[in-house]
Amino acid sequence: MAVLEETYDVVIVGAGHAGCEAALACARLGLETILFTVSVDSIALMPCNPNIGGTSKGHLVRELDALGGEMGRNIDKTFIQSRMLNESKGPAVHSLRAQADKQEYSRQMRKTLENTDCLTIRQAEVSEIVTLPEAGFEDTVMTGKPKKYRITGVKTVSGAIYHAKSVVLATGTYLKARCIYGDVSYYTGPNGLQAANHLTDSLKAHGIEMFRFKTGTPARVDRRSLDFSKMEEQPGDEYVQPFSFSTVPSSVQKEQVSCWLTYTNEKTHEIIRRNLDRSPLFSGEIEGTGPRYCPSIEDKVVKFPDKDRHQIFVEPEGLYTNEMYLSGMSSSLPEDVQHAMYKTIPGLEHVKIVRNAYAIEYDCINSLQLKPSLEFKNIEGLFSGGQFNGSSGYEEAAVQGFMAGVNAAMKILGREPYVLDRSQAYIGVLIDDLVTKENHEPYRMMTSRAEYRLLLRQDNADLRLRGIGHAIGLVSDEEYEETCKKEQQIEEEIRRLEKTNVGVNLHVQEFLLRHKSTPLKSGITLAELVKRPELDYFMLTEVDDERPDLSKEVIEQVNINIKYAGYIQRQKQQVEQFKKLEKKKLDTDFDYRQIKGLRLEAAQKLNMYKPISVGQASRISGVSPADISVLLVYFEKYNTDQITK
Amino acid sequence: MGTDTIAAIATGLTNSGIGIVRISGPDAFTVIKNIFVRKNGAAADVEKSHTVQYGYICADGECLDEVLILVMRGPHSYTGEDTVEIDCHGGIRMMRRILETVLTHGARAAEPGEFTKRAFLNGRIDLSQAEAVIDVINAKNNYALRNSVRQLNGRMSEKIKSLREEILYEIAYIESALDDPEHISLDGYREKLQKKLIDIIGQVKILVDSAEYGRIVEEGIRTVILGKPNVGKSSLMNVLLGEDRAIVTEIAGTTRDTLEEQVQFGDISLQIVDTAGIRDTEDAVEKIGVERAMGAAADADLILYVIDSSAALNEDDYKIIDMIRNRKVIVLLNKSDLPAIVDKDSLTAFLGNPASQKVIAVSAKEGTGFDELKKEIQEMFYEGNIHFNDEILITNLRQKERLTEVLESLERVNESIENRLPEDFFSIDLMDAYGRLGSIIGEEVEDDVVNEIFKRFCVGK
Repeated sequence: MAVLEETYDVVIVGAGHAGCEAALACARLGLETILFTVSVDSIALMPCNPNIGGTSKGHLVRELDALGGEMGRNIDKTFIQSRMLNESKGPAVHSLRAQADKQEYSRQMRKTLENTDCLTIRQAEVSEIVTLPEAGFEDTVMTGKPKKYRITGVKTVSGAIYHAKSVVLATGTYLKARCIYGDVSYYTGPNGLQAANHLTDSLKAHGIEMFRFKTGTPARVDRRSLDFSKMEEQPGDEYVQPFSFSTVPSSVQKEQVSCWLTYTNEKTHEIIRRNLDRSPLFSGEIEGTGPRYCPSIEDKVVKFPDKDRHQIFVEPEGLYTNEMYLSGMSSSLPEDVQHAMYKTIPGLEHVKIVRNAYAIEYDCINSLQLKPSLEFKNIEGLFSGGQFNGSSGYEEAAVQGFMAGVNAAMKILGREPYVLDRSQAYIGVLIDDLVTKENHEPYRMMTSRAEYRLLLRQDNADLRLRGIGHAIGLVSDEEYEETCKKEQQIEEEIRRLEKTNVGVNLHVQEFLLRHKSTPLKSGITLAELVKRPELDYFMLTEVDDERPDLSKEVIEQVNINIKYAGYIQRQKQQVEQFKKLEKKKLDTDFDYRQIKGLRLEAAQKLNMYKPISVGQASRISGVSPADISVLLVYFEKYNTDQITK
Repeated sequence: MGTDTIAAIATGLTNSGIGIVRISGPDAFTVIKNIFVRKNGAAADVEKSHTVQYGYICADGECLDEVLILVMRGPHSYTGEDTVEIDCHGGIRMMRRILETVLTHGARAAEPGEFTKRAFLNGRIDLSQAEAVIDVINAKNNYALRNSVRQLNGRMSEKIKSLREEILYEIAYIESALDDPEHISLDGYREKLQKKLIDIIGQVKILVDSAEYGRIVEEGIRTVILGKPNVGKSSLMNVLLGEDRAIVTEIAGTTRDTLEEQVQFGDISLQIVDTAGIRDTEDAVEKIGVERAMGAAADADLILYVIDSSAALNEDDYKIIDMIRNRKVIVLLNKSDLPAIVDKDSLTAFLGNPASQKVIAVSAKEGTGFDELKKEIQEMFYEGNIHFNDEILITNLRQKERLTEVLESLERVNESIENRLPEDFFSIDLMDAYGRLGSIIGEEVEDDVVNEIFKRFCVGK
């Protein structure tokens, strides 16, 4: 039978947040790219919460933007409310979060994809990956299967074959998806969309280990049925900071819509407790592992019996719809119970549900099978990103999709892969965790996961990463030069403040007293004054006569860098220590059983993970500091031997 | 590798008269300049390699010891790094004080095998020795780990665990509020944390103090009480412990198994082992006890050989004396409240080396002679007549160093609260303290914080 055959450089499977970034990265690097989706109408769909960003996720979006990704620009075009969270806390944990107009977000992303050269969009379900055994790793006696493969393309359900040098899988929650509404369930993807039912089998046949994960989403309700007078209004920030470093701030100062806050109460909890036996989570009907950070309301009531109320944020889903999202009320209880419990909540007494809450189960991979470049260890040229890798969240998906896309492209271009480490970006922390640590629930980014978070701030993502984005080829020369100029201005201003002395005079003393700061006994530098807890750079304008005219962004960096210099310095030293082990690369084909003196457990773990560096090896559970000493000594000897040979 | 500076006692803790404290790394010379004064009042001269200088180790205005220092510039040293060796007087107390001074002036305590490892990495040892180095690291690590865990059994380890839990709770609380500011508030938290912190700091200070010399050597000197049945070994043990721990009866052979307890003599701690009386016996159970007693004696650092001075020596005694001839022994003539048949002089003839074998008359019943016994043990220890594996001491030093670091981290949190820094800075230093406490009891951090957040606090959308 004749089948359709086409050839591309890269195939991307899935057009969610990961797939879109992967496709754009590859196409923008000039590679012929084809993007598959089960439904063109669901490109960049936001099936769960209507926001982009939030604590630590906001960091991811800013970093992605600095590297040349699309998510930041797209939300800047389509947000309807924006807030900087944690503003009362340290700069490291300030996090931007925007409410998106969901439909507008999808539409804008689709428009961008459709207008990108080298990018083809195709609606079809990919059912198989097409591979060849890798030379030298043909059929092993044990399994009768090759140990390693090389990707050559994909096959769709209709039998069409698309040849490609690299393939990126970003299937999200669609693989063998099942949605559960209380006592009933359907084999569909999110929002009743078609699931992808065949790819899992093809992956398993290639020796890929699959997990089954679970997540959930709350109900959507009709705005007209709500009484907002019984809720607290949550307006957006007066000054909106854009996500993208390329967005002109003045372009995002616009009218915003509000979110609303209300609470559950004892009556709500009573209804939940009475109906627990009908929750599939408690009856055992759902087998998938759910995320702890995104507990259903029934989970919260059971786990925290002392809390007499839980917050519910009522958030608009867009400007042109009456649907509102009930954040904090994710549930898999049956329909009738959901109705009853909502009606106990102030403002929701007459609520009309548009869409029920539901839980969704889906197939994803054990991400330990990936290299830090997001390429499969046993299938050359096959990359993956997003919820397929066992993560959760739009932002986590987008950054992985981007890195997987970039590295799929690098493979074809014959360039080295880009791997960000834990000291460079939250993206590095996220991917390192995924490929190094056992993960049994959808992985969510958290600020506490980043050891060096004082250095990985959302405000300096451009300074950290635009150079890398430029080197990849996704940040323009102009944008990069702008960052270099900013960096230079920051350094010069810090130097000026460190050199400029403030003499003891009436004007200064009066200024200090007014701000409840100790008067001077002798001269002091401006930098020393910035460091005082009760003062900052902005306040010192009065006593700083030669202050140059600098942008808000530059001033912010100067202030942070001087004020927290001690802590920043300490973290930099820790990073230096950390980098030493990261730089010691390991051979990923090495058999660790060769090392005499290495504990058996450690050798087995190392053989299973095949870490790329001693640093990564040190983060594997079951590998002790003593094992690392042994590794170091052995490889030092090994390297010296290689040189002498 | 090896960009920091390490130090350790390089000689064994034996009665060698001279001890060597070795410092290696880029700051070795800075450290020695800060703590060493030459006879003529000048600072150490580190310009020329392989020189010997004579002077004093002084710190905080106090001179500790008269020493020789040997300055070796890298790469011409054992480790290949800048190295200073301090030749000091050999007592454990002095070596430890000098090492502590070095550690508070910019060096850190070396890990097991670390000098050798550096020597190897810097190409100072032949490549064929690499695997030997690995074995050394492994053996010493295992030993150190076993020891630190053993030393820490009981109170100290429990204390550290409970401190860690308290600190982890606070970190998780701060972190959950940072991750989910809309659900968890930090209003009024500073004041609460500061109160808690003062309490935790107080507890750590007690630990640091108890980690002082000797106290922390909880493993102690392994002291085995040996003798025939019914000479009063168990009564003696009870007097030493100050409690009725061992069962005492008139019936010979009451103690069937060995019994171990810790006891503190001033700043020295002893691990005292009471054993079954040694005699030829047909009783199967008693026989096992006798074998165990002999085994314990073979492992002992010090043997307390108990004799009933009111009864004549017999075959069993001669057998024991034969067994312990070349060991460190204190012979206790018990029951000195009764008329003596055996005395010091009659015993000396049987014993081998009078220098390491003392005889003291005691009465477990009257409690007499024990002050003399304590004094004797202390003297033997300080003169280096009793010694035990030096790795224990080094492990302890490391623990004390870590505890001091924990204290510093906690005090920084306090400082941050005073300076009104944002809450996320608190958790940076709390995390440091948490990690360091964990390293003392051999626990890694892993995902403790994330797990604690989900366990304790209701976060999430």
